[in-house]
Amino acid sequence: MLNDIIKMIPIYVMGRKYEVPRGLTIQKALEFSGYMLKRGCGCRGGVCGACVTVYRKKGDYKINVGLACQTVVEPDMDLVQLPYTSANKALYTIKNTPLTDSNIIRLYPELLKCMGCNACTKSCPMDLEVMSYVSAAIRGDFAKVVELSMECIMCGMCAARCPAELSPFNIALLIRRMYGKHVIPPAPHLKQRLTEIAEDKFKDEIEKLKASDKPELETRYRELQATRGAAVAEMTA
Amino acid sequence: MAYPPEMQGSLKKVEASRRLRREQTFPRLDFAEKTTLLETYHPDFRPAEKRQIRVGSNKGDSAPKELVDLLESPGRLNPDIIDLTKVDYKTDILVVGSGGAGLTAALTAKEHGAEVLIATKLRLGDSNTIMAEGGIGAATLPEDSPAIHYIDTVVGGRFKNIPELVEALVQDAPFIVEWLTNLGVNFDRLPDGTYFTHMPAGHSRRRSHSVKDLTGLEIMRVLCDEIRNQEINVLEFSPAVELVLDDQGKCAGSVLLNFDTDQYIVVEAKTTIIATGGIGRLHPQGFPTSNHYGATADGLIMAYRAGSKLLYIDYIQYHPTGVAWPEQMLGLLVSEALRAQGAQVVNVDGEMFVDRLETRDALSAAIIRECGERGKGVLTPTGMVGVWLDTPLIDVIGRDGTFLRRFAGIHKRFQKYDIDPIKDPILVYPTQHYQNGGIQTDVHCETDVPNLYAIGEVQGGVHGHNRLGSNSLVDIFVFGRRTGEYAAQRINKTKIRKLSLEHLKAYNELLLEEQTTTDTVSPMLLPDYRFEKALMMVQYTKEPFRA
Repeated sequence: MLNDIIKMIPIYVMGRKYEVPRGLTIQKALEFSGYMLKRGCGCRGGVCGACVTVYRKKGDYKINVGLACQTVVEPDMDLVQLPYTSANKALYTIKNTPLTDSNIIRLYPELLKCMGCNACTKSCPMDLEVMSYVSAAIRGDFAKVVELSMECIMCGMCAARCPAELSPFNIALLIRRMYGKHVIPPAPHLKQRLTEIAEDKFKDEIEKLKASDKPELETRYRELQATRGAAVAEMTA
Repeated sequence: MAYPPEMQGSLKKVEASRRLRREQTFPRLDFAEKTTLLETYHPDFRPAEKRQIRVGSNKGDSAPKELVDLLESPGRLNPDIIDLTKVDYKTDILVVGSGGAGLTAALTAKEHGAEVLIATKLRLGDSNTIMAEGGIGAATLPEDSPAIHYIDTVVGGRFKNIPELVEALVQDAPFIVEWLTNLGVNFDRLPDGTYFTHMPAGHSRRRSHSVKDLTGLEIMRVLCDEIRNQEINVLEFSPAVELVLDDQGKCAGSVLLNFDTDQYIVVEAKTTIIATGGIGRLHPQGFPTSNHYGATADGLIMAYRAGSKLLYIDYIQYHPTGVAWPEQMLGLLVSEALRAQGAQVVNVDGEMFVDRLETRDALSAAIIRECGERGKGVLTPTGMVGVWLDTPLIDVIGRDGTFLRRFAGIHKRFQKYDIDPIKDPILVYPTQHYQNGGIQTDVHCETDVPNLYAIGEVQGGVHGHNRLGSNSLVDIFVFGRRTGEYAAQRINKTKIRKLSLEHLKAYNELLLEEQTTTDTVSPMLLPDYRFEKALMMVQYTKEPFRA
């Protein structure tokens, strides 16, 4: 299957050398080399955080972090996948935990130990501004924490690298949950709809639909599509 | 890895036609046209790609060859080496799988007083749910109603949906939005709290509730966190390899495999809930897949061997907008929300050939026709083909910044390959996305095997022959909630008798009788992509492309 068209490059997996085709992701390069991935492989699409990989390039002192499923191999890359990261996770009841400074500090007192070294930001494979959201958490700008941490994939690298032993991703998750539950105002239209359903407002109509044949449903659907309005919401989120 | 020179000519045509196209719509298919399109071009309608199942409850039915191979494989577990009198875990409810459906059932069962154990093949939360970009379908707006949601769902499902299951889906859906919001999910909202919604293809009203383009990720982060808060016992890297029945044929637990030590674990449970997801990693018909690494039909296989029946298992959803370039992203999904927000689908000459809001089955069939018989696809340097999803229209129709605000994740993933979907379109081709059918159940999601439940993608009937966008992300929570509660309320009536794997021995004997020969064992657990298979990005060219 391999032929001369495919250019092979050397990589090092935990120090062992393999020749792999150029252009592969780290994940596929590992598989090409014969690794059957159990730990260190998940969605294969860059959102699950399972395949975080630490690597150095030849002649470079820097430690790099990337997702194996998203990062293309480079010659002489020396890599290891993190099978697991241990992180502190506080237990709480979301219903009884409104978004306050004191609640956050009670659950994660180590937050105040942040020394501003920026190791977390440098280690984030999603290029999130981790230290910025940690700072925002300390100064109580919770909307900013939500905004800056929203794309977090919970891989745990920030916790693994933090010299002050914080687990930034779990702290951000706590704040996002408190924000979603306790800060965003409830939607009147949802409350209204739940009341209507509880009062069986749609029950009879749905009973009729369940007994309807195909032509009847097709007719209803055509009418609905004709009045469907804009697919794109005229709203700004 | 930006678009290579050979694709630039087509890109210019797409750009040139954009201004005029912006104001245009392509005529919608009527019902008869859609049927003809599907029957001629949709992969579900290729009899040569299916074969008859020779053993078990669905004997004589046809199903995708890749699935039948597994159904006709002997179990990977040797029943003679397991001592079922040595039980490692006893629990009220065993949940197999930790995607959205499984975690919801676990949380709900615990809420109703049951003791729950979650067994999962990879990490807690590893699932297709985490990858869901689009949103949750629920009729919460005043101009919408559960009845309208019902009609859309059944028309989309080609009238094959089980009515009682659809009724449960649409009536419970708004409660799911409330439940998740109360757990702290940050849905897209307006300042007054109103939910931001969009209208995926096939729906007649705006009803998809999203969290940017990472709806599933946000929900799964919250649910996994809540599982930890509730201190529910989780066995990670412990896939179920076989169900255990009792001597009366009722489900009584499962044998798990410790992936780290290769030891077996016996779990005795009054109720077992299968929530193992779909089939994508079998690569039906050689298609790429948008699915998670673990989507290998394990639950389907185990439940079938235990005596459950399968429903509509030969209907597979091919999502029209799987990535066709760059190669590294082949088969990954870009959200249907891109189409909902205005992105049109155009061919190599920059012409529309289908309305952007056709349902997934019809749009996939139209793309296969355009790239095949009509020869209007765009060829990539590696022999893949696709059509353009004209994403720059999103900022043209909305105002500047819409794309980044709504689809930052998609933008980031493409930027790694020097492609900017705000300026350039995305090359797409259908990718295997969802198993429309699954294990047949009653309205409580109980299978033909007593005390065995199936929820989420592994269950069949809610979506008929074709699922609408945003309906799976609500399905998993609706039936997770319902089944978790229903099962928890019944545990006191359930008595477990002697544990048994006789059904596995009997099934293996049936295979011998039918002289099925496969060189595999099942469940598959993980797809094998080692060595040359790692280059399978070039495998998919067996589709009849014409340049």
